[in-house]
Amino acid sequence: MLVAIVLGLLVLLGGIGAALAADRTLLNVSYDPTRELYVDFNAAFAKHWKDQTGETVTINQSHGGSGKQARAVIDGLAADVVTFALAYDVDALRVNGGLIPAGWISRLPNNSAPYTSTIVLLVRKGNPKGIHDWDDVVKPGVSVITPNPKTSGGARWNYLAAWEFAKRKYGGDDKAREFVTKLYRNVPVLDSGARGSTTTFVQRGIGDVFLSWENEAYLAQQELGPDQFEIVYPSLSVLAEASVTVVDRVVDRRKTRDLAEAYLQYLYTPEGQDIAGRHFYRPRDPAALAKYADTFKPIELFTVDEAFGGWDKAQATHFADGGIFDQIYAAGR
Amino acid sequence: MLSQIRSRSVLPGFGLTLGFTVLYLSLIVLIPLSATFLKAAQLGWEGIWQAISSPRVLASYRLTFGASLFAATVNLVFGLLVAWVLVRYRFPGRRLVDALVDLPFALPTAVAGIALTALYAPNGWLGALLVPLGVKVAFTPLGIVVALIFIGLPFVVRTVQPVLEDAEAELEEAAASLGAGRLTTFRRVILPTIWPALLTGFTLAFARALGEYGSVIFIAGNLPFVSEITPLLIITKLEQYDYAGATAIAASMLTLSFLLLLPINLLQAWSRRRTGGV
Repeated sequence: MLVAIVLGLLVLLGGIGAALAADRTLLNVSYDPTRELYVDFNAAFAKHWKDQTGETVTINQSHGGSGKQARAVIDGLAADVVTFALAYDVDALRVNGGLIPAGWISRLPNNSAPYTSTIVLLVRKGNPKGIHDWDDVVKPGVSVITPNPKTSGGARWNYLAAWEFAKRKYGGDDKAREFVTKLYRNVPVLDSGARGSTTTFVQRGIGDVFLSWENEAYLAQQELGPDQFEIVYPSLSVLAEASVTVVDRVVDRRKTRDLAEAYLQYLYTPEGQDIAGRHFYRPRDPAALAKYADTFKPIELFTVDEAFGGWDKAQATHFADGGIFDQIYAAGR
Repeated sequence: MLSQIRSRSVLPGFGLTLGFTVLYLSLIVLIPLSATFLKAAQLGWEGIWQAISSPRVLASYRLTFGASLFAATVNLVFGLLVAWVLVRYRFPGRRLVDALVDLPFALPTAVAGIALTALYAPNGWLGALLVPLGVKVAFTPLGIVVALIFIGLPFVVRTVQPVLEDAEAELEEAAASLGAGRLTTFRRVILPTIWPALLTGFTLAFARALGEYGSVIFIAGNLPFVSEITPLLIITKLEQYDYAGATAIAASMLTLSFLLLLPINLLQAWSRRRTGGV
């Protein structure tokens, strides 16, 4: 299987290499929900780069589940920059391939996360089950849609947000564990990714509440009309920092470091921040955030670092094999 | 030794063709498969045992092999029926039906999964009719069986069809003229003829179902211990960058499949010899 994968990648890389001979290109490997965002941003950056340097660049984008994309890059997909759903997936490039140096997260401002998102509750029109906060999600008889945290980055944010809410409100990890166990008792389907869950909730009509990325919730509302779904902001949620970085091994080989660095820095400019806001990602820049104040309701947010001591720890405790998530399902058999 | 083989062979060039065959098989099948086992070996025996024997993985084996076996059995019965109708009867649109049988081969399995899920979801065309009767298909093990039946059907039809076409109707007429009833004719004359082909079709459908991922993943619901198939667990391991653990489960599945398929193949060879080869 490995040989087949390697052969396939060689063919793929050869193909990309041949296409790249003329102008310079950049490959941005990202996760699912940013597709629309980067279509806009790439066009803006290409124009900006042309004005600045006179060089024409083509920016290619690749989307898929965050973890799956990280594995593709580790296995040899020549990404100049990666823009993933969480720092843990970016850090996998360092741990599993040595593609980026330690300390990559402080190379750009705000933990290398130019925009953030959070987890909200998407409910059906009229909110028939009366869902206003996390407490309502774990009530008996409420059907909850969320992807599997073992395979989806977004689902890990959902889980941690619910955990921290219960920990603060009821005090202690034991209570939090009880709370999260109740939550997953209410889940009838565990999709493998965030987009799959959106489909289950929106198209298949399953579930009373969908634990969703804020931007996915707005996107679903925009595509299907605001008369079908309502967005409920819980009293506490998680600050989801989507980290980005230049892939050093690749840019040094392809001689694209200047271009790749400028590309990521452009995300922090007023224009880049405005594009993020337009696509329902929370900009870091206060001015851009103010412009979209109607969209981004103020909400108390905590970070994974302060609540869980960082992603490595959260991953090992909760999502690794035999971790708390596995125990929850093993106990309920 | 080699010259002996060469001189016995009717066709020339045996050495060259055998060499090519072995090389080709090695490149395409054997090396990738042994890479799976080598990668898994990194874990050591204890690590491998831990990876492949956790309760969650065992539950997924039961589901995967059980659902595959059940789906292949359903295909055995209804695949024979479809092949029979296509061979023995002439009706308008027969060629179209014949072509439709191949569709599950051509369709990307993910598309099949999405289509089946849309159909059987509680708000889908069939789901809306079944749910009031208390039958839940989508997001249950039953959904997995439905998907596996869908992708496995062509195997039985396409292996049995040519054998049925070759079987002469005169044999049945002879049986009838000697006083055999329809059931006896089927049991004593037709079934022995097509039995090896049926077994082949069954084996292929079963093997295909074991490795199926794309169509199942959408309709299964993927709940641990309930509707989680083994291929999903392999993907789950990969998502955690646990390559060795993933290949350990993959290797165990390969071994189990081999242990199951080998007896079926032996049975098939035996019955083929017994019926004088078809």
